[in-house]
Amino acid sequence: MTVKDLRIELTSRVVMAQILPFGLLILILFGLAISPDLVVVGDARRPVIEEIAPGLFWLTVLLSALMALGRAFALEADDGNLDALRMAGLDPAGVFLGKALAVTVQLVAVETVLGFGAFVVFGAPVARPGLLAATVLLATVGITLAGTLYAALAAGLRVRDTLVPLLVLPVLAPVLLGATQASRDALFADPGVPGWSWAGLLAVFSLLYLGVGMLAFGPLLEES
Amino acid sequence: MSTTAAEPTGAEPGDKPLVASAVNPPHTGSVATRRLGVAAIVLLALTLLFGLVLSPPEVSQRDAVRLMYLHLPSIAVTYLAFLTTAVGSALYLRKGSVYWDLVAGAAAEIGVLFCSFVLVTGSLWGKPTWGVYWQWDARLTSTTVLFVMYLGYLAVRRLELPPEVRSRRAAVLGIVSFGNVIIVHYSVKWWRGLHQGQTFGADTKMDGLMLFTVFLGLMSFLVLAAWLLIHRFRVSWLAREVEQVGLAQALAERRAETDATGLVGRSR
Repeated sequence: MTVKDLRIELTSRVVMAQILPFGLLILILFGLAISPDLVVVGDARRPVIEEIAPGLFWLTVLLSALMALGRAFALEADDGNLDALRMAGLDPAGVFLGKALAVTVQLVAVETVLGFGAFVVFGAPVARPGLLAATVLLATVGITLAGTLYAALAAGLRVRDTLVPLLVLPVLAPVLLGATQASRDALFADPGVPGWSWAGLLAVFSLLYLGVGMLAFGPLLEES
Repeated sequence: MSTTAAEPTGAEPGDKPLVASAVNPPHTGSVATRRLGVAAIVLLALTLLFGLVLSPPEVSQRDAVRLMYLHLPSIAVTYLAFLTTAVGSALYLRKGSVYWDLVAGAAAEIGVLFCSFVLVTGSLWGKPTWGVYWQWDARLTSTTVLFVMYLGYLAVRRLELPPEVRSRRAAVLGIVSFGNVIIVHYSVKWWRGLHQGQTFGADTKMDGLMLFTVFLGLMSFLVLAAWLLIHRFRVSWLAREVEQVGLAQALAERRAETDATGLVGRSR
């Protein structure tokens, strides 16, 4: 499943050719919307854009993830592919994991480039690379597991493009929160922010959705 | 899905079969629900009386405290309604009984309604108390996320899908959403907890009459919600019946009906 989706991506390059540029564009637009000159006086003096860079980065990732998720199920929507998968006797949990893994791989690729872009555009330092890497990985897994589950709800529907964001974004609010806080700590080594605890929250979220997704995917795939 | 749905398979609803006929057109009222409705009106009137007239203004919040008599009961009803949705969804997935699916849907609508009360009364209270309508308070934020989440649930219930598929998807969502409520609540609480203390402590002391008014409000809102739930459930049941009957049968019935009434009408 994963290999199949990734192979489709390799030949079609929708994620790389459309979703990635979309993410970069959003980053640039954030830069335009928020003045780069202003200085915040908090514990430290930093440009506004640098201060809020973690939040902006994760918002961009969320928006890109929505597109990638839509794409993952658009692949199956045509020609009753989901029915075919079911008839092929594949374990629903396996389909769920395969889908999620494929999106995860694609999203990590997107994030790597976006992260580099954010680093260049927003100019934030990285104080704790280990925490940052863990955050990126855990948050991405959380986003894709939950996202895959919810995207399946709307699979094959005309209203999918509008429904999936409505369903997924509130659910991912804790991930946005956790990822942003953990990244803040990773970038600025903020003494008031327990970065690893927030990363722990991301891990718990991912584990929960791993369980829920594997259980719930069966009923979702049936007769859909 | 069978076409025998007109025959209730479960024990509920303990009511007359809601089948359309010319003599007794289907409606959603019954003796019990009418009594329940009257009780709701009386209780609400009492809540108004106690909340606006009899209970004293609070020392620091003054009259704004009266919003609490609507706010707290609304929160209670919201959570109960969403819990009902989750339980109904779980039972639907387990037993495949349409009743539970409809109960889950009806409860979610009521939950969303009361959740909007919570948000409105909350921000109205926030203006005089905090000076702003909106504050990034933990509860306020998580309640808003909760509200949007269940709007999504209602959107799924309205999808153009075969009924069983739609019900099953909604049921999965109904269960998962409730789990989400908990995650969102704690994550947001933790987030804000780092910055500021809670606005209300458990040690907030309450006047006896005020406590009674809160209790009264809770009772009246619960009765009101129960009344709404029953009626909403019956309406969905009827709507489903109509869907089930199908166009062809409806047409046939109508044709037979007009034939009969036409003949009878002329002979009269």
